[in-house]
Amino acid sequence: MEIDPFIFRLSIFILSIFVGYYVVWSVTPSLHTPLMSVTNAISSVIIVGAIIAALSGSDGVVFSSSSIYGFLAIILAAVNIFGGFLVTQRMLAMYKKKKKDK
Amino acid sequence: MSANLSAILYLVSGVLFILALRGLSSPETSRQGNLFGIIGMVIAVTVTFLSVGNFSSGFVYVLIFLAIGGSLGAFIAYRIPMTAMPELVAGFHSLVGLAAVFVAISAFINPSAFNLGTPGNIKLASLIEMAIGAAVGAITFSGSVIAFLKLQGIMSGAPITFKGQHLLNALLLILIIILTIYLCSTQSSNLFWILIAISFLIGFLIIIPIGGADMPVVISMLNSYSGWAAAGIGFTLENTALIITGALVGSSGAILSYIMCKGMNRSFFNVILGGFGATDQTSGNQNKEQRPVKSGNADDAAFLMKNASSVIIVPGYGMAVAQAQHALREMVDTLKKNDIKVSYAIHPVAGRMPGHMNVLLAEANVPYDEVFELEEINNDFANADVAFVIGANDVTNPVAKTDPQSPIYGMPVLDVEKCKSVLFVKRSLSPGYAGIDNDLFYKENTLMLFADAKKMTEDITKNL
Repeated sequence: MEIDPFIFRLSIFILSIFVGYYVVWSVTPSLHTPLMSVTNAISSVIIVGAIIAALSGSDGVVFSSSSIYGFLAIILAAVNIFGGFLVTQRMLAMYKKKKKDK
Repeated sequence: MSANLSAILYLVSGVLFILALRGLSSPETSRQGNLFGIIGMVIAVTVTFLSVGNFSSGFVYVLIFLAIGGSLGAFIAYRIPMTAMPELVAGFHSLVGLAAVFVAISAFINPSAFNLGTPGNIKLASLIEMAIGAAVGAITFSGSVIAFLKLQGIMSGAPITFKGQHLLNALLLILIIILTIYLCSTQSSNLFWILIAISFLIGFLIIIPIGGADMPVVISMLNSYSGWAAAGIGFTLENTALIITGALVGSSGAILSYIMCKGMNRSFFNVILGGFGATDQTSGNQNKEQRPVKSGNADDAAFLMKNASSVIIVPGYGMAVAQAQHALREMVDTLKKNDIKVSYAIHPVAGRMPGHMNVLLAEANVPYDEVFELEEINNDFANADVAFVIGANDVTNPVAKTDPQSPIYGMPVLDVEKCKSVLFVKRSLSPGYAGIDNDLFYKENTLMLFADAKKMTEDITKNL
């Protein structure tokens, strides 16, 4: 009997939870705020769904009832992607080590 | 682009996201990690464009909307003050949640675009995944909006509770499950809309009873939800990048919630059921005896610190409110010039989100290797001359170690009272969030400095 592709996706999902578990425990507590902003940015990869939805209109019709939701989702996800990565970068740039000469 | 190739590239971007989180294990590798994250996102978006392969006029609009959202996001990212980071993160979570809802709606209206079947005849598994993605997304959205309003101060941070609250939430959750089952058998779009509406309501209801100082848990929890919502949509779209990312973000938020709960010695359910701090008000007022308190001014504080050889700073949410982090750094610089050893002690739940204090100190150019977590520094208080508590309260309360009756009993606290002398910057003697008196105020070796944190710190620097 053939295995349903869903099972493969479920396997990826479960294994990723474990990867996430171990990776996040190794994050230093002082970087927990950047961790939240970066996870927020990467979860906006949901934009791939938004793009597919936005381009779902049939020939000539750009704004159909389903593609409008796609376009709205693109705006939301784009705010998050740019905002999330840039604010993370801004924060991380502030973490400095003690200067040796002090 | 062939389906196999794009699947592999989505996997690559998923792996890059893992590396982005991995980079955060130390500040040195973190910037590189963020870069990996950005590359992963660029790959995912590009692959999507190529595999849809529809470069008609719709494509132009996609780029326009992308640019609108992107510039808005970039603008916010550069303008936001670091003290407002909790609000920002809560706001961003709401956007992920709403985006998930929109994608799910779109997939429901036009399933053929996603290869999920035809309207009214959507594949069963897809429908379940869609319903889960939409419900969790909607909960994330309305919950984050409430968290945002509470953090921003637009809505009172006090818990809002009413009779039968938990029962109502439980009933609504059961209703969602029933609706999902009916949705699967009838494929009715009305049910889908009702499902989303109820999910919005639940998000709203589960966050209103949670008080301001429990926000670290709430934000982490919503972080987790936004991940599960993304994963739900990832299953619908059969997209590996989304599934991996959703799982990563979901477990990340869950771990942060756990760490925050542990920092308060409370169970996750205790926090979620809410109402903490509101009920204890009466018991706190009853035994309000007048105990003598020693209070001093900036001059006294400067004198004490000048004669110390080591000082430990304990910052809390009050420092963020007063925006005192820069003034604090200047004070520490002056102390260091006098050859006084200074370190910072951070309690896990200091501030309104995980790592909040660390970011503020980093912003004020405090080197991160002078900043220590509770376990790292707690033994040093006994050897330090002065503890300077600025804007923290409950996390220093020795009652947590001595009084089993206290609502915060068992919570890990900083052993501030073991210092030779304690300087406590605070506006008044009012109890902290937990609604209980802090024994530390009345200790022999405590000097209260009643003033605004920023003003007091500046005055001390002048007197040093």
